[in-house]
Amino acid sequence: MKCNFAGSLLQGYFDGELSDRRAAEFERHVGHCSHCAAELVDLDWLSGRLQLTQIYEPAPASLRRTINAHLHPIAPTPVAPRPLLWQWLAAAAALLLIAFVLWIVSPELRSDDYQAELAGEIVDAHLRSLQPGHMTEIASNDERVVKGWFDTKLKFALPIRDFAGAGFALNGGRQDVVEGRLVAVLVYERNGRPIDVFVWPTREPDTSPRAGSRQGFQWVDWRKDKLEFCAVSDTAPAELEQLNRLISE
Amino acid sequence: MSELEPEERVRFEQLVLPHVDAAFNLARWLLRGRADAEDVAQEALLRACRFIRGFHGGDARAWLLQIVRNTCYTWLEKNRPMELSMEFDEEIHLQACATPETLAIAGDDRERLILALETLPPRFREVLVLRELEGCSYKEIAAITSLPIGTVMSSLSRARRQLHSALANPVQKGAVREV
Repeated sequence: MKCNFAGSLLQGYFDGELSDRRAAEFERHVGHCSHCAAELVDLDWLSGRLQLTQIYEPAPASLRRTINAHLHPIAPTPVAPRPLLWQWLAAAAALLLIAFVLWIVSPELRSDDYQAELAGEIVDAHLRSLQPGHMTEIASNDERVVKGWFDTKLKFALPIRDFAGAGFALNGGRQDVVEGRLVAVLVYERNGRPIDVFVWPTREPDTSPRAGSRQGFQWVDWRKDKLEFCAVSDTAPAELEQLNRLISE
Repeated sequence: MSELEPEERVRFEQLVLPHVDAAFNLARWLLRGRADAEDVAQEALLRACRFIRGFHGGDARAWLLQIVRNTCYTWLEKNRPMELSMEFDEEIHLQACATPETLAIAGDDRERLILALETLPPRFREVLVLRELEGCSYKEIAAITSLPIGTVMSSLSRARRQLHSALANPVQKGAVREV
């Protein structure tokens, strides 16, 4: 016959996770409950087997080598004899030319400052939204309701999906202003914490997610199908990454 | 990792590198193989390297293992989606794969234990590995798996019961049970 103490309480006692008071209570109980006493013996036997059999598998040396190689890339060592002065000058001129061309053709190379500035604005907007009553203008977990609301407000379409099954529940949406333009914000909730996903149209090509943090908030930014997304929250970076994958699917 | 600032590299080396074994071990048990585990653990570590800037102190092992776990599940979803759906019919699966008979044929104790552990559904396998091999507290397991503590406890309880019955049943066939 199963008793009330079996299950979680017994597990907690065995793993040393009970408070002193609860542990003492359980010990008094186990003194006259043969069922729990037997279960404790089983747990002990199982745990002993797992420990003694030594099935823990440490990382192979090749994995450590790969990671170390990434952390300490080997700088190429010069082997040629000292070049002449005119060779230096020619090389310098060529580098300048390449740098100039890259500066002109690739806005990506200049985007780091822009990214930081943008993240700053988005974190500020997120902070404002955390004031009571500012989170959502349309509060609903119904994708169609939220979509219908945005359709009347926006000139662009955005993917609106509820990921409650994956732990990211749709709470609604609002409009916000970032860098002087109107953007859409989808509001999700993860373990009780709000996540804002800012969305606006872009002409830039798709990018893989870039992440950073600011004032204790994490952000992950990516572009896909002519839309730019920036998710921001105080959750773990891995969770924003997970949301990125869900939205990008 | 040329974009890594020197101080970030030092932080990564001090905080994350001590847990490379833990990262590999978790991946090995979630993916049930060393070769895949090495690839996925490597991917997770490089990801941790990219995100070290966003790690503001706290439990570095739990932070890393959370990334390892997510990377493993993404990999499984992509490469072996069947394995993740099996948790819905865990009982059937256990009967099909780790019956006392199949376990009895599986050579020595160590092999038998590995087979029994590998045939548990991944959600059960991970809590057992984190608790028994990695020595994580319930709170740490909850942080790593993003599960509520109550779910951690009940998963652990069911995982232990399944593993115990898979291992202990052949005993009835005459083997000697060591306590």
